Amino acid sequence: MIELRNVTLTFPDGDHRVTAVDHASLSVPPGTITAVTGASGSGKSSLLAVASALITPDSGEVRVAGVDLVGLSRAEATAVRREHIGIVFQQANLLPALSALDQLAVMNELDGHSRAARAATRERARDLLARVGLAGHEDKRPHQLSGGQRQRVNIARALMNEPGVLIVDEPTSALDHARGMEIITLILELTRDRGTSTLLVTHDHSHLDRMDQVLVMSDGVLTTLDPAAATAA
Amino acid sequence: MFVAWREIRFARGRFVLIASVVALITILVGFLTGLTAGLAGQNVSAVLGLGADRIVFSAPAHGEKDPSFGDSSITAAEADAWTDAAGVTNAAPLGISQTRLSAGEKRAPAALFGIDPSAAGSHFLPAGTPMPRPGTVVLGEGTAQTLGVHVGDTVSAFGEDLRVSTLIPDTWYAHSSVAWVTLPNWQSIMSTGGQPAWASVLAVSLDASAQPDSIDSATHTVSRAPIPALLSIESFRSEIGSLLLIVAMLFGISALVIGAFFTVWTIQRGPDIAVLKALGARTGRLVRDTLGQALVVLVAGVGVGMLVTVGLGSLAGGAVPFVLSPLTIGLPALGLILLGLIGGAFALRPVLRSDPLAALGAAR
Ligand SMILES: Nc1ncnc2c1ncn2[C@@H]1O[C@H](COP(=O)(O)OP(=O)(O)OP(=O)(O)O)[C@@H](O)[C@H]1O
Ligand SMILES: [Mg+2]
Repeated sequence: MIELRNVTLTFPDGDHRVTAVDHASLSVPPGTITAVTGASGSGKSSLLAVASALITPDSGEVRVAGVDLVGLSRAEATAVRREHIGIVFQQANLLPALSALDQLAVMNELDGHSRAARAATRERARDLLARVGLAGHEDKRPHQLSGGQRQRVNIARALMNEPGVLIVDEPTSALDHARGMEIITLILELTRDRGTSTLLVTHDHSHLDRMDQVLVMSDGVLTTLDPAAATAA
Repeated sequence: MFVAWREIRFARGRFVLIASVVALITILVGFLTGLTAGLAGQNVSAVLGLGADRIVFSAPAHGEKDPSFGDSSITAAEADAWTDAAGVTNAAPLGISQTRLSAGEKRAPAALFGIDPSAAGSHFLPAGTPMPRPGTVVLGEGTAQTLGVHVGDTVSAFGEDLRVSTLIPDTWYAHSSVAWVTLPNWQSIMSTGGQPAWASVLAVSLDASAQPDSIDSATHTVSRAPIPALLSIESFRSEIGSLLLIVAMLFGISALVIGAFFTVWTIQRGPDIAVLKALGARTGRLVRDTLGQALVVLVAGVGVGMLVTVGLGSLAGGAVPFVLSPLTIGLPALGLILLGLIGGAFALRPVLRSDPLAALGAAR
C-alpha cells in the first residue's frame, strides 16, 4: 500500500523555493497499478522520490508498506527501501561489473550480512530472470544485453527482495513501441502476481487504458483522470 | 565485498597497474631500509656490542649541542671520578680513532679501539675472544684478508708494530672494521700520530641507584644511553638521516598514489554508488567495499614487492651492506599498507556524499 496525504515538496531555487509537489494525495492498493503522467518538469519524478523514501517532503504524510516515512533518519529510510520498496529506474542503472544474475544477487548483500544462504539467493535470482524472459542470459554483463533486456533485469532486480511497493520511473522511454508494450505488460502481470502497490510514471499515453488509476500532474498538482478517457486524449 | 571483488575482476587492467606501482614502491622502500640497516650495522655494531648502560663523552666544545665520538677526550681523572661515583658498577675507558693499518705494501683502514687490559674492558670483545696483550692486536677477518696477514704476522699503525693475536668476525664502527689493542698501545699510537689522549669515551655500567645526570654535572662530562649515543657518530647521523628521509618520502608518495587512484576510481563509479544507495545499500557497506578494494591492491602490491625484494636482496647481500630481516621487510610493508589505507580513506568522501536521489531519472 502507498498512501500520500497532502504532500508538499519544495526545492531551493536561488533566493526563493520552487514547489515540485503541491499538496498531493494518492493511494495505491496492493495488486493495482497507478500511472502518473504530465508535462516535463511538472513534478512526477519528485513524487516518486517521496514515495520511494529517497527524499523527505516539507509537509504531509507518507505511508509505504505500513511504515510512516516522515521523520525517518537516512539509515532508516535506507532500510525501508531495502526491505519494502522496489525501484525500477528510468535508465536501467545496472552495475557494469556484474552479470545479470549478480545484479539480482547483490540485493541480498546490501545490508552487510547475507540474509539468506547464497545458494538460495542465486536460485531466486535465476527464477526471477526466467520470469522476465531472460533464462539463458544469466552470465551476460550489461554491455552484452539489449536495451529491452537491460530493462527486464532492472525490473527483476526491483522484485528481488519481495517488496510490497514497486516504484517505476518511465520504464519505456529508452525503448521502441513494441518493446515498451512488452515491458508494460510485464509490469502489469507482476503487479497482479505479486500483489505489489505499483506507482508508475509514463509519458506514453498508449497504455494508460490498462492502468487501474491514472493521475495527471501539472505544476505539482495531482488530478485524477478516467483511464479510458486518458488514452483517447 | 560482493561488488568490490567483481569490480576488481572487471577492471583487472587498472587494478594490476596500480598494484604494480605499489609493488615498485615496496621494492624501493625494501631496498632502502635494507641498505639503511646494513649501513647502520657497519657504523655502529661495535658500539652496540660494548654492552654499556651509558657512554660518557667529554663535554662538547662551546657552541655544539651534542657530544661526538670523534671529538671526545676523557682524562684519567674523569674516569676515576666516574668509577668512584655512587651506582657505577664499572667504568671502562675506551680509545677510539680512525687509522690506517699496513702490512708490507698493503694497507687497510681500521677503527682502532684501545681497551683497558684489566677486567674492566673485557666484555667489549665478542664472547670468548682473548684480550689483546701489550704489542698485539685483535683483528677483524675482513681487514686481515685485505692486508693478507694471519695470526702471528705483524701489522703497523703510525709506525708501531703490532702482532696479530686473534682474528674475529668484523665488528664495525663508522664503516671501518675495528682493530682492538690495549689502551697503553692506543695512547702511544695517538702520541706518535700527534694527537695525544688518555681515552675517548667511557663505557659505564650502572645499577638502579645511579643518577648519571648528576654525575655528569659533577664531572663536567656528557653521558648518553647507547642508542642515542649512535647519533654521536657523524657518518651515522648524516647517512641514516638522508636515507630515512627518502624512505619517509616514499611512504608519503605511496599513500598519495593510492589516494589519487581510488579518488578517481570512486568518482568514476559515483553513479553506481548512488544506485546502490537507492537500492538500499548501507553506507558502512559501501565504505567497507571501497577500503576493501584498497586493501586488496595494497596486499597484492606489497606482497609481490616484498617477494622481489627478498629475492634480489639475498642475491645482492654479499656485494653491498644489505640486511634482510623480518624487521627491515615486515615493518616497511606494514607501514605501506597502513599509509595506503589512509590514502584510500580520502576516496571515501564521494562515497559518503553521494546522493541516492541522483539514481532516479538521472541520465547516466
Ligand atoms: N534536486 C532538485 N533541486 C532543485 N530543483 C529540483 C530538483 N529536482 C527537481 N527540481 C525541480 O522540481 C520541478 C519538478 O521536477 P521533476 O523532476 O519532478 O519533474 P518531472 O515531472 O519528473 O519532469 P520530467 O518529465 O522532465 O522528468 C522542476 O521545476 C525541477 O526543476
Ligand atoms: Mg522525471
